[in-house]
Amino acid sequence: MNVKVAILSIQLRLNSIKKLSTIALALGVERTRTELLPFLTDTIYDEDEVLLALAEQLGNFTMLVGGPEYVHCLLPPLESLATVEETVVRDKAVESLRKISQEHSPVDLEVHFEPLVKRLASGDWFTSRTSACGLFSVCYPRVSSTVKAEIRQHFRTLCSDDTPMVRRAAASKLGEFAKVLELDYVKSDIISLFTALASDEQDSVRLLAVEACVSIATLLPQEDLETLVMPTLRQAAEDKSWRVRYMVADKFSELQKAVGPEITKNDLVPAFQNLLKDCEAEVRAAAANKVKEFCENLPEDNREQIIMTHILPCVKELVSDTNQHVKSALASVIMGLSTILGKDNTIEHLLPLFLAQLKDECPEVRLNIISNLDCVNEVIGIRQLSQSLLPAIVELAEDAKWRVRLAIIEYMPLLAGQLGVEFFDEKLNTLCMAWLIDHVYAIREAATCNLMKLVEKFGAEWAQNTIVPKVLGMANDPNYLHRMTTLFCINALSEACGQDITTKQMLPVVLKMSNDQVANVRFNVAKSLQKIGPVLDSNALQTEVKPVLEKLATDTDMDVKYFAQEAISVLALA
Amino acid sequence: MSSAATTSPSVDKVDGFSRKSVRKAKQKRSQSSSQFRSQGKPIELTPLPLLKDVPAPEQPELFLKKLQQCCTVFDFMDTLSDLKMKEYKRSTLNELVDYVTVSRGYLTEQAYPEVVKMVSHNIFRTLPPSDSNEFDPEEDEPTLEASWPHLQLVYEFFIRFLESQEFQPSIAKKYIDQKFVLQLLELFDSEDPRERDYLKTVLHRIYGKFLGLRAFIRKQINNIFLRFVYETEHFNGVAELLEILGSIINGFALPLKAEHKQFLVKVLIPLHTVRSLSLFHAQLAYCIVQFLEKDPTLTEPVIRGLLKFWPKTCSQKEVMFLGELEEILDVIEPTQFIKIQEPLFKQISRCVSSPHFQVAERALYYWNNEYIMSLIEENSSVILPIMFASLYRISKEHWNPAIVALVYNVLKAFMEMNSTLFDELTATYKSDRQRLAGVVKGATPMTTNMKLIS
Repeated sequence: MNVKVAILSIQLRLNSIKKLSTIALALGVERTRTELLPFLTDTIYDEDEVLLALAEQLGNFTMLVGGPEYVHCLLPPLESLATVEETVVRDKAVESLRKISQEHSPVDLEVHFEPLVKRLASGDWFTSRTSACGLFSVCYPRVSSTVKAEIRQHFRTLCSDDTPMVRRAAASKLGEFAKVLELDYVKSDIISLFTALASDEQDSVRLLAVEACVSIATLLPQEDLETLVMPTLRQAAEDKSWRVRYMVADKFSELQKAVGPEITKNDLVPAFQNLLKDCEAEVRAAAANKVKEFCENLPEDNREQIIMTHILPCVKELVSDTNQHVKSALASVIMGLSTILGKDNTIEHLLPLFLAQLKDECPEVRLNIISNLDCVNEVIGIRQLSQSLLPAIVELAEDAKWRVRLAIIEYMPLLAGQLGVEFFDEKLNTLCMAWLIDHVYAIREAATCNLMKLVEKFGAEWAQNTIVPKVLGMANDPNYLHRMTTLFCINALSEACGQDITTKQMLPVVLKMSNDQVANVRFNVAKSLQKIGPVLDSNALQTEVKPVLEKLATDTDMDVKYFAQEAISVLALA
Repeated sequence: MSSAATTSPSVDKVDGFSRKSVRKAKQKRSQSSSQFRSQGKPIELTPLPLLKDVPAPEQPELFLKKLQQCCTVFDFMDTLSDLKMKEYKRSTLNELVDYVTVSRGYLTEQAYPEVVKMVSHNIFRTLPPSDSNEFDPEEDEPTLEASWPHLQLVYEFFIRFLESQEFQPSIAKKYIDQKFVLQLLELFDSEDPRERDYLKTVLHRIYGKFLGLRAFIRKQINNIFLRFVYETEHFNGVAELLEILGSIINGFALPLKAEHKQFLVKVLIPLHTVRSLSLFHAQLAYCIVQFLEKDPTLTEPVIRGLLKFWPKTCSQKEVMFLGELEEILDVIEPTQFIKIQEPLFKQISRCVSSPHFQVAERALYYWNNEYIMSLIEENSSVILPIMFASLYRISKEHWNPAIVALVYNVLKAFMEMNSTLFDELTATYKSDRQRLAGVVKGATPMTTNMKLIS
C-alpha cells in the first residue's frame, strides 16, 4: 500500500482522516513511524476541520506506532498542530499531547517531551506559547529537579509575556500548575506570579487569576492564607472592572471552601454583602445565585446569626431589584434558605419575600419560585403559600409567552402532589383542561403528558370521574386539532387508566372517530389503536378493533392506509 | 376553531419569540460606566472667574485650577442629582475648549500633566456590560453613553490640545505613555458610536505625533484583533481601528517590514472569518488593497487566504468576499494574476452556480469589469475550461431568469474569445452528460407521511 495514495483519499474527505487508524493498522507500526507520520508532519493540511480531527486521532495513536517505547514519534506532528492559529485545533493538539505525555517513560519525557515544551514556550508567534502553558503541569512531576527548575523558569516567563493572549493562557493554567509544585515553590514562585497576574493591566487576565486563587488557597496551610492570598482576593472583590468582580461572585462558593470558616466570617461575609449590592446587575445576579450555597457553607456555630444580620438584609433589597435577571437569579435559590433557617424564621422573614416574588411583574421570577416550592413544603408546608400561589399560577398559565405556559405545566404534577387532590380539583383542574386546547401544539402536547402524570398520582378512579369525560367530550369538537388531542390523550392515559376504562369508555370513542372526514384524524385513530391495543383484551381486539382497522386499511388516503396496516401487523391481527 | 379563542380571551395570540422589530421599538437606552458606587453626597465646586476676565499673566494658573475642577466626575444615570454643578462643569469645559483653540502661551510645562490627568479622569472607565447578551450591532440600537454632555467636551478639548500649535510631543510623552494608550484602546469597545468616532481622531493624532508609541500602538491593535478573532468575537471598535490602520498602512515605507507582512497574513486575513464581518468589511478591504498596492507580491498569499476562509454557509458574507476580490483584481498585476488564477476561478465557478442569486449575480458582474475581462481574455485557455461546466449547466437550470441572462452574456463573451476551445468544451460536456443521465435513471421518488392541511 502506498502512503501517498492513502493520504490522497484523506485529503478528499474529512471522514477519511477519522479512518487514519485503519490506514496505520494496514501499514504496520514500522511504516506508520517511518512514512505516515513524517508525511502528516510535512503536509499540514490547511482545512481546520481536518486538522482538528487529525489532532484528536493522534492522541490515540500510541499502540499504532508500536507502544510507549515509540510514542515520541507522535510529537512532531502534534507540535506543529499546537502552533496553528485556530484555537480549537490548538486546544485539541494540547489535549492529545497531555494524553500521550503519560505514556512516555521518565527518560523519554526528558529527552523528547520536555524539549518540545521548551520549544513551544519560546516560539515566536503567540500561538505556540499559549499551547506551552497547558503542558507544564503534565511533565513537571516526572522529571529531574534540574529540569523542574527550567520548567518553573519557563512558566514564570510566560506569565509576564508581553501578549495578553499568552498571559491569559498562563493565568488559566496557574492553578493546575500550582497543584503539581512542591509546597515551597508554591509559596515562593506561584504566589508572586499569582499576585502579578491578579494585578495585570488587562481585566481579562485578572479575572482568570481569581480561578487560580481557588486552587492555590486549597494548597496552602491555613496560617499562610492571610498573608499570601487574602490581600489579592480582597483586591479582586473590589476590582474596578465588573468582569473581575463577576468572576469573584461566580466562584464564591469555591473560594469560601478554599479559605475556610475563619476567613469566611471575617472577610468573605462583608465581601459577599458588597457583591450583592454591586452597582452592576451582572455582578449582583451572579452573587444572588450563590446566596443559598454561601449560607449553607457558613460555619454552623453562628450561621443563623450571620445570615439574619448580614445576608438577609441584602437579600430583602434584591427582591425589589431594578433588574429582572437579578430577581430571577435570587428567586431560583431563595427558597433554599428556608431549610437552613428553620420554620419560625421562614415564616417570619422569608415568607413575605416569597410572596412578594410570587407577585413579581416578571414571569421568570414567579416561575422560579414555583419551581422550588418543594424546599418550603418540607419546612412550613405549602398551605401558607397557597393563597398567593393560586393567582400566580393562574397568571402564568395564561401568560402570552407559550414558553412560560410550557414551564408552568411542567410543575403541575409537583404542585398537585403538594396541594392535594381537593385543592387541585377545585382550582387547577380547569387550567389543565384549558391547556388541551391551547393554540400552540407544544402546549397541547405538554398538557397531554401532564394528564398522564396526574393520573399516575391520583389514580384511575379520579381519572374516570374528572378527566376522562372531558377528554372524550372533545371528540366531537368542530376543530380537528382538538379531536386529535382526544386521541393523543387516550394514547397517554390508557395505560395508567387500565383495561376497564380503556375498553369501556375510550375504545368506543376511538372507533367512532374512524369515520372522521379529516384524514389526519383517521390515521391517528389507527395509531391510537396500535397504542392502546396491548391494554385491551383479545376479544375486543378481534371483534371491535380488527374490523375498523381493516376498513381503514382500504382508505382512499395513503397515509391512513399505511398506519392502519402498520397497526394490523404490530397487533398481529392479520 | 373558535374554542381556543374563547378559553383565553386575554391572550392576544402573541407568540413567545421576541422579534427584533418589537425590541427595536423600545426607546433608546443609555447607560453609564460602572465606576459610580452610590456616593450619595452632593458635589460642590467653587465657581471660578472666567479666563478672559483675568489678566493674561494669571491665566495659566487659573487654567490649571479649572482643569483640576473638571476632574470631578458626575453620575449621569441619576438625572436629578447635582444639576447645577453639572451645568457648571459643562460651561467650564466649553470655556476650556475655546481657550485651547485660540489662546497663546497657555501651555506651560505644568499644564501637560494636568491636562492628561483631567482627560484620564473623565474618559478612562470600565465599560459597563452590554445590555442584552445577543446585542446585534446591525439590528439593535447602540446603548448611548449617559455622560456624553461632558464626555464629548472632554474629547473635543483633548483633540484641540493635541492639535494646538503650541503642543510639544517631547514634553507630552512623559504623560501620554504606553499605559495611557492601552486604556485609550480599551475604550474603542464602547457601544456609543459617537465616542468611538472621537477616539478614532484622538488615536490618530497620537499615532501621528508620538513616534515612540507607533510600534506599541500597532502591536496592541494586533492583540485586540487576535482576541476578537480567536477568543471573544466581540469588540465594538473594529471598524474604527481598521480605518486608522488604513491610513497607517498607506504611510508604510518600502520594502515592507516582516512585521507588517505578518500583520496582513496573520491578523487581517483571519479577520474575515468573524461572524460580524459586515460591520467592518469596507474598512478591512481598504486595508488589504492598501497592502497590495504597496507590495504586489503579497497578492498570492492574500487571495489564497481569502479562498481558505471562503464562507461556506453565509451568502451575505460570500457577496462581501466577492466584492473585496473584485477590488483586489482591480489592482492586480498580470504576473500575479497568473499565479493564482486556477484556485481563484475554481471558486468563482462555484459562486456563479450558487443557488443564491445574489452570490451568482455578484460573481457574474466580474464580466462587466473591463480590466478583469482583459485578464480573463489573456488567460482564456486556462479559465474557460474551469468555468465552462458551471456556466453551461446554470444557463439551462438556474431558477432565476436574470442569472440565466447574465450567464448567456458570459458564455457569448467566452465564445468570442476562443471559439475553438469553446466548441471542444461544448462537445465534451454534452457527451459526459449523456453518460451520466443513464446512471441516474431508476431512482424512486420519495413518499411522505406528513399531512399539512386537512
